[in-house]
Amino acid sequence: MPLIHSSLSACLGLIALWGLIGLAGLLRPMSVGFVGRTLFPLGALCGAALALVAAVSLAAPSEQLTLTVGLPDLPMHMRRDALTSLFIFLLGAASAGISVFAAGYFRRGHGTAPGLLCLQYHVFLASMGLVLLANDAYAFMVAWETMALSSYFLVTTQHGLAEIRRAGFLYLLIAHVGAIAILLSFGVMQGGSWQFTFDAMRGAHLTPQWAATAFLLALFGFGAKAGLVPLHVWLPEAHPAAPSPVSALMSGVMLKTAVYGVLRVTFDLLGHAQWWWGLVPLTFGLFSALYGVVFAAAQTDMKRLLAYSSIENMGIIFTGLGLAIVFLGVGMPSLGALALIALLYHSLNHAFMKSLLFLGTGAVLHSTGERNLGRLGGLIHRMPWVAWLTLIGALAMAGLPPLNGFVSEWLLLQAFLFSNEVPQPFINMLLPLGAALIALAAALAAYVMVKFFGVIFLGQPREASLSHAHDAGVLERIGLIWLALGCFALGLLPTQVIGALRSVVEQLSGAELPSAHAPWWLLVPLPERRASYSPLVFFLAIAAVVVVTMFAVRLFYHRRVRRAPPWDCGFGGLSARMQDTAEGFGQPIRHIFGPFFAMKRELPSPFDHAPRYRVTAGDRIWLALYLPLGTLVRRVADTVVWLQQGRISTYLLYSFVTLVVLLALVV
Amino acid sequence: MKPIEIITQVLELIAALAVAPLFLGWINQCRAWLQNRRAPSLLLPYRGIRKLFHKDAVIAERASPLFRVAPYIVFSAMVLAAAIIPSMGTELPFTKAADAIALVGLLATARVFLSLAAMDIGTAFGTLGARREMMVGFLAEPALLMVIFVASLISATTALPAITENLATQHLGIYPSLAFTAVAFTMVLLAENARIPIDNPATHLELTMIHEAMMLEYSARHLALMEWAAALKLFNYACIGFALFIPWGVSTGEGGPGALLASIPLLAVKLAVAGAALALIETLSAKLRVFRAPEFLAVAFLFAVLGLLVHLLLAA
Repeated sequence: MPLIHSSLSACLGLIALWGLIGLAGLLRPMSVGFVGRTLFPLGALCGAALALVAAVSLAAPSEQLTLTVGLPDLPMHMRRDALTSLFIFLLGAASAGISVFAAGYFRRGHGTAPGLLCLQYHVFLASMGLVLLANDAYAFMVAWETMALSSYFLVTTQHGLAEIRRAGFLYLLIAHVGAIAILLSFGVMQGGSWQFTFDAMRGAHLTPQWAATAFLLALFGFGAKAGLVPLHVWLPEAHPAAPSPVSALMSGVMLKTAVYGVLRVTFDLLGHAQWWWGLVPLTFGLFSALYGVVFAAAQTDMKRLLAYSSIENMGIIFTGLGLAIVFLGVGMPSLGALALIALLYHSLNHAFMKSLLFLGTGAVLHSTGERNLGRLGGLIHRMPWVAWLTLIGALAMAGLPPLNGFVSEWLLLQAFLFSNEVPQPFINMLLPLGAALIALAAALAAYVMVKFFGVIFLGQPREASLSHAHDAGVLERIGLIWLALGCFALGLLPTQVIGALRSVVEQLSGAELPSAHAPWWLLVPLPERRASYSPLVFFLAIAAVVVVTMFAVRLFYHRRVRRAPPWDCGFGGLSARMQDTAEGFGQPIRHIFGPFFAMKRELPSPFDHAPRYRVTAGDRIWLALYLPLGTLVRRVADTVVWLQQGRISTYLLYSFVTLVVLLALVV
Repeated sequence: MKPIEIITQVLELIAALAVAPLFLGWINQCRAWLQNRRAPSLLLPYRGIRKLFHKDAVIAERASPLFRVAPYIVFSAMVLAAAIIPSMGTELPFTKAADAIALVGLLATARVFLSLAAMDIGTAFGTLGARREMMVGFLAEPALLMVIFVASLISATTALPAITENLATQHLGIYPSLAFTAVAFTMVLLAENARIPIDNPATHLELTMIHEAMMLEYSARHLALMEWAAALKLFNYACIGFALFIPWGVSTGEGGPGALLASIPLLAVKLAVAGAALALIETLSAKLRVFRAPEFLAVAFLFAVLGLLVHLLLAA
């Protein structure tokens, strides 16, 4: 008899194990050796096991479980279906690599003690797992809030710094505004039955207006977690503030819980989505994609750059969501399924490539102590492992074939391309223009990645101290290699990945995917379109041509190679300061997309003794939306402050008056 | 896989590799004639490549392995692109592995490696060239994709041979949408191949160069591969243009070996005319300042979008 007969209980067991590993950190809170060498690798094994369980159970029928824990009469309902399995897989597989890296990364420094950090880290992982498994609003919200709080503590690891406390506060604030919206959405979805299990919500009959309200509230709430513009302001503050493995978890995995939530609500709890709902995520998704990538190109801090790039990728995912809703709503199931595949595929891709890049920056940060691109450079010589592995992530993020980022963008463009058959006259005009925006965002992503990789790893070191930089340790390398292999596997085997996604898409859309009679190495999303893509052949062909060319050159014309100082057009006397800085590389973007930025420039005059040039590219949305909102809140707070007299008799009077009013209303 | 398909594939590859420098030489010759100069030999690009292959390579001291491997990757990407584009026949076995969007991705891969290699030495010109190249690239790539989308929408597929076959076998009509996108495509071609008005292949003036700035540190066989790759890129772009806008005469598999043979002189004629036209455009226009390049490419993008809208509105 197998020890564990259901994959749901296996998942729960592994998640509980994460919790125990976290608690074990408190046994020896100051011991880096115990926490780093024992607990984090154990957590990574746990993640890998979770990914395995989820992968095996992907096509299995759904299963439920009721846990009688928590408040009396409020048991926690748990459920595992194909959608859950997919995201559990994402969580397990990405966190396995991140935890191995973290094992080598966390050392004693300022801020939180390692044991406490271990607790927060594993509670964060476990709460994400519970968010995915929850089958009632109560359990979901508890897990969701635990996730927000544990990640808040992780963000403020370096709580000695004022700017990090500020970033953490902003994160907590927007996370809670989002959580309130999600709570309200659940309140609408229970539909008068006052049953908060997801099963009751599936059965509730909502009028179209209420269903739309629930959808929009959920989109707001989950959009705040996903960093959709204009709810993105916390993301470029909080993600860079956290230690790099935590940034990787937040960007790579936590953002996907928002994708999970919005998919769960839209396609499962609400069911029949109207086609026009899709226009909302589509519009905001496209805008976020462009906004995120434009800001990423202008950043000078490497982790902020990656955070903005996450906004772009979440924008792409929500664009796919919008397309899927539109297609399914107007009765085009195969295109809807294609858009869903694109969005799920991109979620998986982003989990791997963004984690890889964040961990790469972590290794750089560790060995140089610098986050500012303007003080890095030339690290490919000092840190070859990190550099080459990060290059894989950067190429994947730039959406270049044959790596994984290209596959999902290709699928999304295919879905866009045939949207002109939508029977809504205006929509079929506007949708192909969305493809243009996605193409622009993808091309800009390549720009951003060249800047990111080129400025950090190529060229000359911009600071003398960089010559002491050391390569990542063994555990860190294993973590990076794991994620890089994930990028390769997702890129080279799209047919197999889509085959695995099939059960998820069928569960979400209720539509059968058209099955193409294509060989295993050829990706044919829509058979009648005759469009196909085979990354494996593609990769082998490139590799073969490279090898053949090298051999041909060597065979026919091999002369020796001489090393000499760089020529540089014969100018000579060049220093590292003459390379393009990150600001310089962002300059064309600031020039072309000027209206996006609130730009402040201080130009030196010719008579200055110490000329300075300073440019800041601020966020217009922060100035136009958040600052007035903050002022308003402060003003309201100032007016109601007279209620707070500080005398206990006054507060008792308030309670008494409230009771009387309530009694009068009820009786 | 039929033998005729393999023959077509091999023939196209050989033609691309062999003819690409000749095409460049032809453009240079036409340009010289138009400018009342004595024309250089048609074979000059070949001689240049041969000379470079025979030299010792000089590489900067601080070059990383990326710098040395980049020419091979860029060259391979261009060779592979030549294998995807139906310049003579549409029966290409390799095109199953990559459609038109993957072709754009392949060109982007080459561009990214070129730019990264240019940043590797850490000279002022290298990084400047990389930045400008990426700027032109991110503006040109969406325009190129939009051009391909219009053709794909007309043919309901993104597979390049299927598009060509569809456009070639339909009755001889003029698509207004394709007319707009042809303008856009020409502008993209000029920008992406470092031609006037975006870049000047004949200058090493520091303030204006883009492509040449990235090549500065290369020498000998690496430079030869890069130059050959640049010639291939121009050839590939020309062939994409033929495949989308003047697809007639391409062998579609029904004609057998005869049609394939007939397509060879036709390709030569198309290339000769296209080369002359390019030389004319380059002679008539002046080089734009670098910061006018975004405007130029935005116009190209808008033309492509206009083509798309025309297609959707008129279904033509």
